[in-house]
Formats: sequence, C-alpha cells, structure tokens
Amino acid sequence: MSDNELLLKIDNLRVEATTYPPGEPPKELVIVDDVSLTLNKGKVLGLIGESGAGKSTIGLTAMAYGRGGCRITGGQIWLKGRELLSMSHGGIRGVRGAEVAYVAQSAAAAFNPSHRLLAQVIETSLKRGMPRRQAEARAIELFRKLKLPNPETIGERYPHQVSGGQLQRAMTAMALCPKPDLIVFDEPTTALDVTTQIEVLAAIKDAIRDENTAALYITHDLAVVAQISDEIMVLRHGKLVEHGTTDQIINRPREDYTQRLVSVRKIQKVEAAEGAKPILEVRNITAAYANGLTVLKEVSLAVAPGHTLAIVGESGSGKSTLARVVTGLLPPSDGEIVFEGKTLPRALKDRSKEQLRILQMIYQMPDTAMNPRQTVESIIARPLQFYFGMHGAERKRRTVELLDQIEMGAKFLDRYPAELSGGQKQRVCIARALAAQPKLVICDEVTSALDPLVADEILKLLLRLQAETHVAYLFITHDLATVRAIADSIAVMFKGELVRYGGKTKVLSPPFDDYTDLLLSSVPEMQLGWLEQVLSKRRMAAAGN
Amino acid sequence: MFKWSNMSWSARVGFCGLIFFVLFAYVGPFLSPYTAEEVVGDTWETPSSKMLIGADSLGRDLLTRLMYGTRFTIQLAGAATLISFTLGVMLGFTAAVVRGWPDQILSRSVDLLMSIPTLIFALVVLSVLPRDTIVLVLVTAVLDSTRVFRLSRAVALDIAVQDFVEAARLRGEGTRWIVLREILPNALSPLVAEFGLRFAFAMLFLSSLSFLGLGIQPPDADLGRMIKDNKEGIVYGIAAALYPGATIALLALSVNLLVDSILKRTSSLKGGRG
Repeated sequence: MSDNELLLKIDNLRVEATTYPPGEPPKELVIVDDVSLTLNKGKVLGLIGESGAGKSTIGLTAMAYGRGGCRITGGQIWLKGRELLSMSHGGIRGVRGAEVAYVAQSAAAAFNPSHRLLAQVIETSLKRGMPRRQAEARAIELFRKLKLPNPETIGERYPHQVSGGQLQRAMTAMALCPKPDLIVFDEPTTALDVTTQIEVLAAIKDAIRDENTAALYITHDLAVVAQISDEIMVLRHGKLVEHGTTDQIINRPREDYTQRLVSVRKIQKVEAAEGAKPILEVRNITAAYANGLTVLKEVSLAVAPGHTLAIVGESGSGKSTLARVVTGLLPPSDGEIVFEGKTLPRALKDRSKEQLRILQMIYQMPDTAMNPRQTVESIIARPLQFYFGMHGAERKRRTVELLDQIEMGAKFLDRYPAELSGGQKQRVCIARALAAQPKLVICDEVTSALDPLVADEILKLLLRLQAETHVAYLFITHDLATVRAIADSIAVMFKGELVRYGGKTKVLSPPFDDYTDLLLSSVPEMQLGWLEQVLSKRRMAAAGN
Repeated sequence: MFKWSNMSWSARVGFCGLIFFVLFAYVGPFLSPYTAEEVVGDTWETPSSKMLIGADSLGRDLLTRLMYGTRFTIQLAGAATLISFTLGVMLGFTAAVVRGWPDQILSRSVDLLMSIPTLIFALVVLSVLPRDTIVLVLVTAVLDSTRVFRLSRAVALDIAVQDFVEAARLRGEGTRWIVLREILPNALSPLVAEFGLRFAFAMLFLSSLSFLGLGIQPPDADLGRMIKDNKEGIVYGIAAALYPGATIALLALSVNLLVDSILKRTSSLKGGRG
C-alpha cells in the first residue's frame, strides 16, 4: 500500500444551519464556509480552532453526516474515489463505521451503560459480517495495543466499571475494530486529566500508526495536536485560517491568529513576596460526604491578602471540595477555617452577612452561574443592594462602574445572559463577585470552559483587578499553564491530601515528589516530539528502578 | 408567550374557543332578554324564535341558563386552580429549596392525600361540611394542589441544584428570595402549561360533583348541575341535557388545545428557560 494514496478529499465544503431564536424569524447561519482539504492514507490531519469554528462539523461531514439541523449545502466529499454526497442512503451507511469511524469527546456519554464493553466494541464488525470469534480476538488485540489493563477480561466490564481514560481507549478500540481507513477523533482527550491525557494520547498515536489508519484529529489544544498530527489546519468562524505542516504551524506560523494561538498562555505573574499575615487559614480540615467517603484529609493552607493561592490537582483530588468547605456549603467534620484571625462558623447558615460578603465565589460554568431570567443589571446590582443597601441612582452608578471595570460598559445593562458570549458571561460573574467588595474570591476552574484566547483575557482581567482592589484569590484549577500565569503560591493535591505546598518558584522547581513530577511532565508543550521525549524519559526512569 | 403568528393551527382553534366561551359567559347574559330564574315557557319547550335552544325542566330559557352555568363553571374552576397553584407551588418550591424534614413531612402528607381516590375523598368531605360554594372550591383546590406540589417540587429540584441558586445561597439570600426570584421565573413555562391542564381537570371535577348533587345548589346551576336537572328529558328524546354536556366538552377541549402548544414548546424543562 502506497502511503501517498489519496484517501479523503473535501472540496469547497459549505455547511449551513437554521437557528430559531425565540420571538424572532428563523436565521440562516453559515457554519463552514468554503473549506477544502485532502488527506492521504495513514496520515493524521489536525483540525484546530475555538468553539464555533466549525471543526467538529467538518469532521462529521467526512462521514456525510450533519449534526442537529446542519445541512451540507455546497462542495464535494470524496472518499477513496467515491463522492459521498451523491451516494444513496444505504451506500453511506455502508461507509460509516466500516470505512470511516468516529471517536467522540465524552466516552462516558457515548457508551451504552447497560451493555458490556466488548459487545459494544465489536458491534460494528459483527454487522459487517466478521465472525464473532474473530471480532473478539481483534478487540482483545486492540485492547492490548491501546495498553488497557487485563486486555483479555476488560471487555467483560460495564462502562462504569472502568476509568475515563480507559473508556476513551476502549472507544478508540471500537472505532479501530472494523479496520476503517479513516477515524475522526473529536476532542478525545479534552475531558481527561493531564496525567491521563498523555497515556491516551500515546496509546492512540501508537495504535493508528500500527494500523496504518488515517485520522482527522479535532481539538482546541494546539499543544496536543502538535504531538499527533502530520499537518494542521487552523479554522476560525467556519473559514480556513492557515494550513501547513505541524512543524510550520508551531514554529513558523504565518497568520496573526495562529501566532496568537501559539503564544497563548505566556502570561507570567511575578511571585509576590510572603510576609503579610494570612487572610484565610485552613487548619487541619477533614471532610466527608454523607455516604462516608472522606474527600479531604488534614488539609492546612493559608492565603495572604492580595495574593493568589492556586490549588492544583486532577479530578477527584478534592480541590473543589475544599472550596465547598471554605464557603460553608459542606461543613467539615474536623478542623478550622480562620478568616482574618477569627474562626468562621463551619456551616453556611451560621455565618453572618459580613462573613459571607468578604468571601465570594466565581464558578466554572458561567452559563449556569447566572439566573437566565435576570438582566446583567439585576445580577450585578443585587449584591450592592443586599450587602450595602444601595438603591436607585446610586446603585445604577455603581453597577455601571463595575461594568466599566470588567471592560464591558453600560450598554450591557439590559442584556440577558443568553445574549452574551462565554467570555462576557464570565466577566459578569466576576463583576458580581467584586460588587460585594470581597477580601477573598474563590475561583473554581474559571477559565476551563473558555477558549484559550478568551481564557487569557479573563486571567489578565483577574490580575488587573487584583492589583487594583488588593483582593486575594483561591484559584482552583487543573491547568498548570493557568497556575504559572496567576499564582503566588501553589498547593498540589492528590486524593484528598496535600502533596506539595509553598511559593510558586519553590513548588515548580526540583527536587519534585513523584506526583508533582508526573503532573508537571504531563502538561503538553508546544513543540514537536515532546510526547516521545517524555515517554522515553519515563521508560528510562522505570527501567532504572 | 401568546403570539398569533407563532401559534399552531390547533392552538389557534383552542384560543378562539376559549375567547368564545368567555364572551358567551360574561357578555351573553346582557344580550339575553331573560334572567336565569325566570320561568318563561313550558317544561322542555321545543326550540323556537323565543327560546333558541328551548326550555329546561322547569320552563326556564336554556340558553340563558347555559350562559350563567358556563360562568359559574369558569369562575369556580378558575378560583380552585388559582388557589391550588398558590398552595402547591409555594409548598413544592419550599420543600425543594429547604429539603430535610420539612420536605419529608410535606411530601409524605401529599402521598397520603394522593393515595385516597380524589372523587371519593371529596364526596366524604363535602357530605360532612356545609354545602357552600367556598367550601366546594377549597376542597377541590386542596385535593388538586397535591398534583401541583409534585410537579413544582420536581421542577424546582432541577433548578435548585444549579450554580446560580448556589450563588444566591452563598450571598446569604433567604428562602423567600430564592423561591420567588431565582426559581419561580425559571419554572414559569412548565407551570403555565400545567395551569391550563389543571383548570380543565378542575372543571370536570366540579361538574361531576354538581352532577352528583354535592356541588352548586339550586336555584344556581353550573354546567354539571344543569345536566343533572335535565337528564330525565333524555328518556323522552329531549336534548336539553346535551347542551351543557357539549359545553363542558368543548371548553375542556379548547383549554387542552391551547395548553398542548405551550407544553410542546416547554416539554424539555431546559428549553423553557433559554
């Protein structure tokens, strides 16, 4: 088989959709506008862009599929010399699964929870006439190739009995099982922790190389796609921005937008000196949920006024639980929370209005953190009225002032959250927290639901506001790039315990403990061959032991 | 919410039907030459230009009686539904926001009330209490509010776990604010749909009670009472009982058609918010 054989060719693709905004006539939207691409056998093409760039839509058109009301209104899609759009319904069904397969972002949502993994992995192969015994043998071989533990027996488990990373690999096995020529990966590692992401990434890379399968790899993370793809296409608002080899895009980006994507997360806060008396002290906190599961064990931390303490850890490390304990939503079973030298009551309902005011919170999902039936004005004005008894013109003046502070302005007063972009929503949430004039703001993964460029803007805003108002942040995140950008001190958490804690430079410089080392080395870096370097280093270290 | 151009044809039919019956009940009596109690002809007199759909069992004009009957039915069912909603929604939302033992007490009492067949329960209660319109409406409302409680508690539970409600709690807002300002506006569309549905049920329920003689007492009559008064005529081939029967059916149908279109748009609880 020649490697230069053309597999997929998309010409001048145009995809449109109709939206139905309530109370308005239907609107036509162009999702993908005049995009062409070619993909040779065994090659990997990365599609990258922020949300709404049309990258998933393009991925799905490779299977001649339009999601939720999307219509392919122009262009041609050639797969192995056949034009898919002119094929019959039955013909396209023969292509899907067998020649082109799809790996979704959330494997947990894509697997049927009431069937065993093996049955779901070999389903397509059986439909395509492969004998059951052979299909099962192939599935087990793929499980081994994807480095799943106990490849012979893992197929007997149900989806909830394996971890998220294992499930994502099982899904890749499902896609590979009928030996497709092309796999569309739609953000396969986005929902995973960094330490898991690197394993899945390595497994996917090896498997598609072994099977000589071509892939469209869709992601918003340039550093991830740089590890796996031969070529990269940068998309924005449904249009092609730049197309080039991975090396060219990463090292010599031509377009301004690509340059910004490559240089994202280069903010660095200079670590502030220690010294001032801590504003918040968490002393020996132990907390458990009602089912008896202990999620925090003897955690002690302190935040100085005007400083930022970043709490880092993967999902399940207890970092969000710590935020719930500090706010009083989950009273700890043991330990003390001390604010400015005074012990705070453990439960929310026992705290005074003043104690609530000085401690505000910003959420991960700005969409759900604001009441969709309230205008921006009433959202920001409520804390002003509630804590300071402001009314009428005075309240309005202060609301506009806050809107100016978050760089939005008075024209947003009458807007509803649904009329704002993701970044603007998060800004309004920040303004709502600031309205209370807090001394400490808990930021729970505030940038992880945002596109990288927008996230950068939010981080810059938070830093500026800190400089202006001298507010302290308790910054919870799984993203180490964010930590570098914003933290003064860092606490690394693992399984409910503090594994490393101190000033930023101290925590981020060797010697590392095992977990911090793993965490730090797992963060994808924007350079070619990073994945191989890390893996070979780890293999050497393992051999050394 | 009600915009003619956005309505499906079935919703338009329902809407027109509802408008027609309201006008019939509230404007009609002014146009009628008779009063409801006035005897103007023979027993079950046949329709003529004097009495368009004939007379009832006592010789009163049936069309005029029908107008007043429709008015009674709409008013009583409306009042009962309004009270049951105020009661059910407030208690349901409070149970969902407060949780813990108040929720347990409320939910179990509602279970208890729902475990007894509604009509039989109403018959027993009404045979003991004085036969009074207010009592009738209150009994209907309380029995109906159990269903409203269930629905509003379920809707509110779904909303109460959202971050913006948690944000309000962290701010220190009381239960009153959370229920009225944070949850109610977001639960409005499923509740409006349910309101129409419960109104139709209340109408049927009150009519059944009146038909059994426990509802409206003579000389007043709602639609159910009118069927009871005229039902003997059917044996003699007289259609007098069919008019109030048809009115009940058409009124219930109109309300349901209208409600269906609201439900269709809000069948997903999340879709109703946007």
